[in-house]
Amino acid sequence: MTANGPQTVASSESSGSATDAAMTDDAPLGSPRVDDAVIESRDLDVYYGDDQALHGINMDIPERKVTALIGPSGCGKSTFLRSINRMNDLIDIARVDGDLYFHGKDVYDDDVDPVALRRKIGMVFQKPNPFPKSIFDNVAYGLRVQGKDDGDVEKKVRTALERAALLDEVEDQLDSSGLDLSGGQQQRLCIARAIAPDPEVILMDEPASALDPVATSKIEDLVEELAEEYTVVIVTHNMQQAARISDKTAVFLTGGHLVEFDDTGKIFENPESDRVEDYITGKFG
Amino acid sequence: MSTPESGTEEDAFAVNDPSIRRMRRYGRIFLGLCMVAALVGIVALIALLYDVVSEAWGWVTWEFITHPPSMIVDHYNPSNYGDLPTGPGGIYPALVGSIYLIVFTAIFTLVLGVGAAIYLEEYAGDNRLTQLIEANIANLAGVPSIVYGLLGLALFVRAIGAGSSLIAGALTLTLLILPIVIVQTQEALRAVPDSMRQASYGAGATKWQTIRSVVLPEAIPGIMTGIILSLSRAIGETAPIIMVGAATSMFGPPNLTDPTGSFAAMPMQIFEWAKAPEAEFQHVAAAGIVVLLTVLLLMNAVAIYIRNKYDRRG
Ligand SMILES: Nc1ncnc2c1ncn2[C@@H]1O[C@H](COP(=O)(O)OP(=O)(O)O)[C@@H](O)[C@H]1O
Ligand SMILES: [Mg+2]
Repeated sequence: MTANGPQTVASSESSGSATDAAMTDDAPLGSPRVDDAVIESRDLDVYYGDDQALHGINMDIPERKVTALIGPSGCGKSTFLRSINRMNDLIDIARVDGDLYFHGKDVYDDDVDPVALRRKIGMVFQKPNPFPKSIFDNVAYGLRVQGKDDGDVEKKVRTALERAALLDEVEDQLDSSGLDLSGGQQQRLCIARAIAPDPEVILMDEPASALDPVATSKIEDLVEELAEEYTVVIVTHNMQQAARISDKTAVFLTGGHLVEFDDTGKIFENPESDRVEDYITGKFG
Repeated sequence: MSTPESGTEEDAFAVNDPSIRRMRRYGRIFLGLCMVAALVGIVALIALLYDVVSEAWGWVTWEFITHPPSMIVDHYNPSNYGDLPTGPGGIYPALVGSIYLIVFTAIFTLVLGVGAAIYLEEYAGDNRLTQLIEANIANLAGVPSIVYGLLGLALFVRAIGAGSSLIAGALTLTLLILPIVIVQTQEALRAVPDSMRQASYGAGATKWQTIRSVVLPEAIPGIMTGIILSLSRAIGETAPIIMVGAATSMFGPPNLTDPTGSFAAMPMQIFEWAKAPEAEFQHVAAAGIVVLLTVLLLMNAVAIYIRNKYDRRG
């Protein structure tokens, strides 16, 4: 945690050789720098106890785009996602080294309040995890804990449900339990809960992995729409899904290394790394 | 025993394998032993209940529940109610005393037990000190109740000067059940899935908001059942109440405006009747036990009701 915010903002604006030099030995193949980065990861290491789960991750996440994180399971995708909104703080043995900038501010600086950070960076989890409360109260939860329930909560809840493509299905059962919904509906409810307080970034950890194909395609459509207003970072182990819905793709491979990061089209058509090519074409993973 | 497996074309499965048959036989013997063990408990309980209820039969009347005790055994006998100079004898002050005692104990336990459990489970890190504290709490749950009675006598009755009062009794019973309540509350908190906490933190909640709005509502059925079951144990405890110096017989319910005044409780009252020389007092004691057991069963029923009502996640 040596570098400070302003430096990084400056470096991300230029894209000359100086910045490339700043990306040290762990720089991934491809073009890990983007012009309109909201989140910049610099030499980010994450450890669980003595085990290192991520090795010097360097990548930028562009604003209002969908960035996909793909790779075989156990390669650190979820770990990276959780380090963006400091959910790793909740794991006792997790330790983070290096820098992660959000709008040029290192979120691991001492003066950053993780709760305030998470109010800007919402999250959707792998397994739908609605609260055992009513549909309405689920969506209103973020508004209430963030003190954004002074205005018209009802309207905000309906807007969020609408954006999460769930309103039509639950319109006249807002008072019934969120647990009574199907898995796909529950996940969209969780998405509505995440966007109701209007964050800037939405992190999604394999949001469709527990769902059937129809529910999955609904979530995929939704993700593309969300990117019109939000910066979306989505973990998936489904490569077709990444190819369909993302603008940028980061490929993590075993051991917690980011191997290549580039435009999604480039990654899937003409990756620079042979290992990425093998992974994409299904030769391993 | 016939083997349904026989007749299949798979020769690889030896039919009537003697070692399997032997194991099955052991299994049946074990099952038999378990059933006997279960029956012993149930039969003993039924015998006990039968004994008490038959002793008390005809003696538990509305008058018994609503009147203060009497020194004269005839006053308890329903057949004499008609020609008594004074009112009939009953358990009223002790019944009310026990209920007050339980209410106060419930309040103290809720605050202290749930507070301690939340601290240990949600705030304290998993270090040596908390492990030591938790191990000691588990040990305290096994300390005989008379020891808590002695502590209550020294601490609440004498040192704090609460006297032989309802408050001193309730604090003593609180100490007695606190370890169990803490352990059970911790278990209820631990049973709240981590995904709920993550959902809350992910939505931008602070720790306190997460505990208040997500963890506690989820854990409350478990916490309440734990507390009520502990209270129903406390209501029957005699030793600590004796040590604290509850009155053996009071002629009115405790006075809530005088926190150091004395009080009667059902276990003491029943004990008093049971040791009286007149044989007929055994019926009175049994009637008292029936009242005590009824309160106890009602409390357990409430606990079960709460558990079922809130336990809607499959
Ligand atoms: N809470 C944790 N405690 C200890 N090790 C963990 C924890 N979470 C993940 N790991 C380890 O970190 C590595 C990366 O895990 P993860 O980020 O979940 O990978 P992915 O999401 O790509 O499947 C794995 O080796 C995993 O075992
Ligand atoms: Mg994962």
